[in-house]
Amino acid sequence: MQTALRTSLPETELASRANFAPAARVAREERPLHVSGLPLSIRGLQKSFGDNEVLRGIDLHIPAGQFVAIVGKSGCGKSTLLRLIAGLEKIDAGSISFGDAAIQPEDIRVMFQEPRLLPWARVLSNVEVGLGRDRSSSDAHARAEKALTEVGLTDKRDQWPSVLSGGQKQRVALARALVSRPRVLAFDEPLGALDALTRISMQRLLERVWRDQGFTAILVTHDVAEAVALADRVLVIDEGRIAHDVMVNTARPRERGSAELASLEGSILSHLLSADDRT
Amino acid sequence: MSLIDSVSLPRNFRLPRVDGLVQWIVPLAIVAIWQVASVTGFVPVRVLPAPSDVALAGWKLLLSGELIRNIWVSFWRASIGFLIGGSIGFAFGLANGLSQLSAKLTDTTLQMVRNVPHLALIPLVILWFGIDESAKLFLVALGVFFPIYLNTLHGIRTVDPQLIEMGRIYGMSDSELFRRVIFPGALPSIFVGIRFALGIMWLTLIVAETIAASSGLGYMAMQAREFMLIDVVVLSILIYALLGKLADSASRVLERLTLSWHPAFQKR
Repeated sequence: MQTALRTSLPETELASRANFAPAARVAREERPLHVSGLPLSIRGLQKSFGDNEVLRGIDLHIPAGQFVAIVGKSGCGKSTLLRLIAGLEKIDAGSISFGDAAIQPEDIRVMFQEPRLLPWARVLSNVEVGLGRDRSSSDAHARAEKALTEVGLTDKRDQWPSVLSGGQKQRVALARALVSRPRVLAFDEPLGALDALTRISMQRLLERVWRDQGFTAILVTHDVAEAVALADRVLVIDEGRIAHDVMVNTARPRERGSAELASLEGSILSHLLSADDRT
Repeated sequence: MSLIDSVSLPRNFRLPRVDGLVQWIVPLAIVAIWQVASVTGFVPVRVLPAPSDVALAGWKLLLSGELIRNIWVSFWRASIGFLIGGSIGFAFGLANGLSQLSAKLTDTTLQMVRNVPHLALIPLVILWFGIDESAKLFLVALGVFFPIYLNTLHGIRTVDPQLIEMGRIYGMSDSELFRRVIFPGALPSIFVGIRFALGIMWLTLIVAETIAASSGLGYMAMQAREFMLIDVVVLSILIYALLGKLADSASRVLERLTLSWHPAFQKR
């Protein structure tokens, strides 16, 4: 199945592999420290809303612990794919499976573009919400505090969400998603509403927690630069199908604005735009 | 720099205790002007007695125990009626906000009843209950029901659906979702209902007591009118004003305690 998908690899990806073979080898060693993620297999996935066919047969395998970015024009079905993976919508046809392990609801978490914090709960209680069924356990406080420390907001634990900045709210939302130690974390344009500088520091934070915890990360974004900066692999979705599957083998930590990332970004963008010209 | 500091400091400087008294300046000034107007004969005593006379009448009634008894009777009627009508309104608001079926069954009926002015029912209520306690309680409960029902319903229907989706994703059960998301989200609107209801509560009670009662503040005022005791009439009206203010302050304190998360209630 992987090989079948690989046939659609663009030349740039092959070129980058050839040119940056040493870097690619370093990248292999920069895998997450311990992989706790789940592999993800999607077969023949279809979804329509009324007459509108949003996904027209997605076949995809994501190995455990991989960081995958999904890009595409708005309305291409990328958010729907993410919502299906997270179990927020019903599947019309096809299947999504997470390896052989029995999964718990706490194993899969979603982070949205909006922080969706409870305005009437203090920051720490908002993080505790993420524990799911463990909310009432005795170590709930301690676990929530640990998650807050991971996103660097320990000193805000007793604040109301309304006094936090946009980036801080999103960090609380990240802590809430992380507190149950999920094995798959789905991000639906989580940085879309942030200013440029906050975005970059949030991207670094996402990359760091992914490397520390080793979950399988699926990031839906409209920002190709963000996708190539963070992901191991970029999927381009067009008209409900995977149009391109590009590996990003650049070593981490990645240098923002490097020529390598820029050329990759350029080639993915040209795919997106050429799809635009056809229609 | 130091010059600017020394100039701007007194402007921002406020005595916290004085702050709370500012709101009473206007009412006290009105009383003072009124006293002067009465003493100088500008306002005839038969039209409006001086505040000092009103206070004296109040003191006499206080000593005889009549004032306390009547205030207590009115207060008791108001609170019991408010509790009955408020809890039924709250229950219907919850049911219709949470269940489509319940809303379909009852909302139309309630909207029809709502448009009947409840004070128009006084003749019917007197025929049903006589001038008994239950007549007053019924009218107060009916008046209080609608603002609480409508605002509870509105509050629950307008809770952010994104938060509800978030609660579901994080595995909240129905009761947990209600406790952690829906009820706190509806609370600001419920408080608006409570404050409206408190106003209607006094209005209804006074009208009911004036028309048909044998005790209470409204009854005291009507009795005084029969004997041309205008100072007692004015006293009753002033007590209504104070009780209304008291109820409003109580709901504000409650609001501040429960809505401290809300940006509008945070101390600046």
